[in-house]
Amino acid sequence: MPLLFPLVVAALLFAIGVYGVLGRRNAVLVLMGVELMLNAVNLNLVAFDAYLRDVLHGGQVLTLYVIAVAAAEVGLGLAIVLVVFRGHGHIDADRMRDLADRDAVDDAIAAESAGESAAPSRSGVAGADPEPVAVTAAVES
Amino acid sequence: MSVVGLLFLLMGAMAVGSALLVVTTARLVHSALWLVVTLGALAGCYLLLGAEFVAWVQILIYVGAVVVLLLFALMLTRAPTGVQTGLTTGNRVVAAATAGVVGLVLVTVVVAGFGGARVSVDEESVGSATSMGDAIFRHWVLPFEVLSVLLLAALVGAIVLSRGRASSGEETP
Amino acid sequence: MIVQALGVRTVDDLSEFGTDPWWLSLIKAVLIFVFLLLLTLFNIWFERRVVARMQHRAGPNKNGPFGLLQSLADAMKLMLKEDIMVKAADRLLYVLAPVISVIMAFLAFAVIPFGPVVDVPFTDRQTPLQLTDLPVGVLFVIAVASVGIYGIVLGGWASGSTYSLLGGMRSTAQVISYEVAMSLALVAVFLYAGSLSTSEIVNAQQRLWYALILLPSFIIFWVSMVGETNRAPFDMPEAEGELVAGYFTEYSSMKFAMFFLAEYINMVTVSAVATTLFLGGWRAPWPLSLWDGANAGYWPVLWFLAKVMMFMFVFVWLRGTLPRVRYDQFMALGWKVLIPVALLWTVAVATIRAMTLDGGLDRRVLVGGALVAVLLFLLLSIVGERAPKEEPEAEEQPFDPFAGGYPVPPMPGQRLPRPEPAGVVPGGAQPDQEDDTARRSATEEGD
Repeated sequence: MPLLFPLVVAALLFAIGVYGVLGRRNAVLVLMGVELMLNAVNLNLVAFDAYLRDVLHGGQVLTLYVIAVAAAEVGLGLAIVLVVFRGHGHIDADRMRDLADRDAVDDAIAAESAGESAAPSRSGVAGADPEPVAVTAAVES
Repeated sequence: MSVVGLLFLLMGAMAVGSALLVVTTARLVHSALWLVVTLGALAGCYLLLGAEFVAWVQILIYVGAVVVLLLFALMLTRAPTGVQTGLTTGNRVVAAATAGVVGLVLVTVVVAGFGGARVSVDEESVGSATSMGDAIFRHWVLPFEVLSVLLLAALVGAIVLSRGRASSGEETP
Repeated sequence: MIVQALGVRTVDDLSEFGTDPWWLSLIKAVLIFVFLLLLTLFNIWFERRVVARMQHRAGPNKNGPFGLLQSLADAMKLMLKEDIMVKAADRLLYVLAPVISVIMAFLAFAVIPFGPVVDVPFTDRQTPLQLTDLPVGVLFVIAVASVGIYGIVLGGWASGSTYSLLGGMRSTAQVISYEVAMSLALVAVFLYAGSLSTSEIVNAQQRLWYALILLPSFIIFWVSMVGETNRAPFDMPEAEGELVAGYFTEYSSMKFAMFFLAEYINMVTVSAVATTLFLGGWRAPWPLSLWDGANAGYWPVLWFLAKVMMFMFVFVWLRGTLPRVRYDQFMALGWKVLIPVALLWTVAVATIRAMTLDGGLDRRVLVGGALVAVLLFLLLSIVGERAPKEEPEAEEQPFDPFAGGYPVPPMPGQRLPRPEPAGVVPGGAQPDQEDDTARRSATEEGD
């Protein structure tokens, strides 16, 4: 079997994972993209373990470690997602603007209050969404 | 082409195909299920590459725990049955282009680097439970211990994250 | 060895497997399938009869001898029922969920050993009474069990109903939590057997069952296997008082039957795993093992079945006697008791095992050390025990029956005000009527 088979599969999986992380809005789906990327790395590790005929089985052992790290990462990631959901009422990665650049947010809110008529730029739309703030306030009060 | 090679191509195609569905499907829970298919196909790949123990651990941890946790989170954050809109961001095109470039670069690199290399799996290179245990506890003990510390930290972190809100909420009403 | 001389052949190593011709493997697979189906039919009848006996009832006794055909009749009835497809359901997953459940339930039995190497009738072939075995056989069983969760969680979600969703999520959390304790309990067995393959673990128990030397592991496994199979008293996912029927609320006909089948097969599976790992698998129990032929030929299947049925009886017994626990109590038991104890026990077993294998320490030192540890623990638990914290005495507040605008019952320590007897002229009270009111208010306070 050519070594290229696993390597190309891994490369494609990694690229798909990159798309998943960049292109999805739901935070859990973003985590799934990360999982895909981790798995691509795992496949590489196992393939090279077999290719190099590693007597210490470094590749496979490292794969096991990556699986354990991935489990920890998912546990923490989901805890964060649930906290965000409790605070904001959604887990939309695009609308999480709490730490965004102050000016942009202020501009966006000003534009919002000035009226919906102005065609908003993309960042303006995302930043202007008043719902997260309102929901947070409602939850915390 | 050998039977192993053919099987591997099949498994690899399955993994890549269902991975594509993971990132494109418009139903949240289906996305998680396609991830299961991807991970299962990858476990098959590991088996073909002689990593027997890793394959079963992959099923046990990834399919049995990680994706179930993901499903859990999806359901806790309201995943309705049916198609959902707005699951992809506006910069979808940029994301796809980036992914395409990444994939292209990676494939070119591996083709250029390992074009003619071949893998053969035989008795010696199989990672059985015995050989893996030997390797972990003889040669890779330090990373193992570091990993345990990491897991402990993650455990504490998850508990703090999920409990912290209740206590801080009382302090700052 | 004596056993060997008498013609008992056990599986020496895993190369015995994979040598069967395809037809033999097929026959074995079909036999296991049929065996599990029949055993499920029997177990449903068995459970109903035993529970009935425990409640001084007769149980099903009309269809067939002793009512044995009752569950067959029930299965027929289920098949003829209307197959309801819920409107809000996710169709594909709604159909797929019971199928996943049932397939995973069957799959785990592929690596359970039923007996030693036997002669195949009508041929001169010999084969182990086990479909196949893997070097990581027990890992396979655990992995299959964890994939089986998908049936439940998807069934709950795909039904599109809140009760189903809650049942599915409860079940998932439950199975994941108890799987940890279960796997930890098994680690001690692996340490003693030095293998993960089921047939080798059975071989390693030739002398002594692991249930005896690894009693804590056995108990932890036992408790967590009840939690793992969603059986009473841990059957919160299908608590009919709270969730109608849990994850299969919306299922009917064959799909419901499949969930039902999966539950009973899962019970058999965990019983078989417990038998294999702790009770010596197919090996004859002590008085019988004095008879030389007990471990040869097809007899071991009988011992194996007897042990599995013993576990089944305990399942039924638990259901007949224990009330359902509350969900938080159940989780607390899993995470705060079973897992820490299993961890400590694993560490202890690993230490003892390393010491005995290396021969570094005398057994007496070990026993002495264990005694000191136990004494220390007792001492600490006595010293560390604080007086139970006094509950702050609730201030005596007058009872407001409409606190917050809703009718509420009295809090502890509050008294229900005496209701004014309606239609009674003050001063001209009839004595018996007043008695009646007093009695009623007294009973209400007692509640």
